[in-house]
Amino acid sequence: MRSSANEGPKVKAKHQRLWLVLGALGALGGAGALAFSTLGDKATYFYAPADLAKGPAPTAAIRLGGMVKEGSIERDGATIRFVVTDMAETVPVTYTGILPDLFREGQGVIAEGKLDPATGTFRADTILAKHDESYMPPEVAGAMKKTGRVSAGN
Amino acid sequence: MHRYANPARFLKIARVATPIVALLGLALTAAGLWIGLFNSPPDYQQGESVRIMYVHVPAAWLGAGGYLSLAIASATALIWRHPLATIAARAIAPAGAAFTAICLVSGALWGKPTWGTYWVWDARLTSMLVLLFLYLGYLALSASEAEKGGEGRAAAILALVGVINLPIIKYSVEWWNTLHQGSSISVVNASSKIAPELLTPLLLSVAGFSFLFAAIVLMRMRAMLAQQRIEARSRRLAEALA
Repeated sequence: MRSSANEGPKVKAKHQRLWLVLGALGALGGAGALAFSTLGDKATYFYAPADLAKGPAPTAAIRLGGMVKEGSIERDGATIRFVVTDMAETVPVTYTGILPDLFREGQGVIAEGKLDPATGTFRADTILAKHDESYMPPEVAGAMKKTGRVSAGN
Repeated sequence: MHRYANPARFLKIARVATPIVALLGLALTAAGLWIGLFNSPPDYQQGESVRIMYVHVPAAWLGAGGYLSLAIASATALIWRHPLATIAARAIAPAGAAFTAICLVSGALWGKPTWGTYWVWDARLTSMLVLLFLYLGYLALSASEAEKGGEGRAAAILALVGVINLPIIKYSVEWWNTLHQGSSISVVNASSKIAPELLTPLLLSVAGFSFLFAAIVLMRMRAMLAQQRIEARSRRLAEALA
C-alpha cells in the first residue's frame, strides 16, 4: 500500500500484526468454546418433560417447556389443567390466571413454577406461549391441516 | 482493496454512489413495508402482529451484519493501518447500534401479544442485548480515543473481541432451549418456513434496510472525511498565522 522502496520491514510488521490478530481471535474462540461447554444446561431457558424425567425432581422454581397436548385442556373456573408433552414424556400442569392469546392445544408453551413432588403435578405461576418458526396465511394452514401436512408444530 | 483505501478515490466513488444507494434503500423499504403492512395476509397463529416481523427481522440481521462489518473494518485498521478503515468502523457503529435497538424494541412489542411478555432472559434475547452493549461500548471508547486524536486501536480491539457474540446470537436458538423461535430462513439450504406471500415483503424490506444501512455509512464516512479536511486546513491556517 505504500512505496515499494522500504517494503521489506513494513511487510513483516504487517504480517506480524495479521498473525497476532488471527492468533488472538483463535485463542478467544477457544476460551469461548470452553466457557460455553462448561455453561451447558445452565443457560437453557426451560426444561423439557424428558429432562425432568431423567433426574430427581427439582425443588426450586423452574421453567417447563413443551407442547400443550391435544385434548388435554380442562377448565375449572379461572383454573386450567393441561398436559405438557415433548413427545417422549408428559407433565400435568395446573395454572390460575390470565393466559396469553397464543395459548392453545398443539402449540408450544413455557410454564414457570414448581413441581409438586407428591403428585408430580407442575404448579405454574406464569404461562408464556411459544411461537414456532413457521409463518403462513390462515387459508394455507387450514388447507394443510386438512391434508395432514401440518404436524402439531414444534 | 488497497486501491480504494485512498480517501480521495473513495470520495469520488462515494459521491456518486450515495444518492443511488439511498434511493434504492428508500424504494425497496417502502415497497417491502407497504406490501408487508397493507397487502399481505395475517399469520395463522399470530394474526396481524406478524407484520412486526417486516421491521424486526431486517433490523436484527443488520444489527448483527453491521457488527461483522465493524469487526472487519477494525481488523483492517489494526493490521494494514488503512486510513479509511477506522473511519468506516466509526461510521458503521452508530448505525448498527440503532438497528440493534430497533430489533430489541420491535421484538418486545411483538413478544407481549404473542408470548405474553415483553422480555425474558433467554439466550437469544440476552445475547442480542449484549450486542447492543458492545456497540455502545465501542462508541464510547472510540469517541474518547478520537477526542484525544488517537487511531482508535483500543476500540478496534474491543470490536474484535465482541465478534465471539455473533455465533452465540446465531446459534443460541439451537444450543439452548429458548422462548425465541428457531430460524425460519436457512441461507445455506436456501429454504424457508415462511409462506411466499409473507416471505416476499420480508425479503424486500431486508434488501431495503441493507441499502439504507449502506447509505448511512457512506454519508457518515463522507462527513467524517470532510471534517478531517476542515480540521487539517484550520490547523495549517493557525500555524501560518502564528
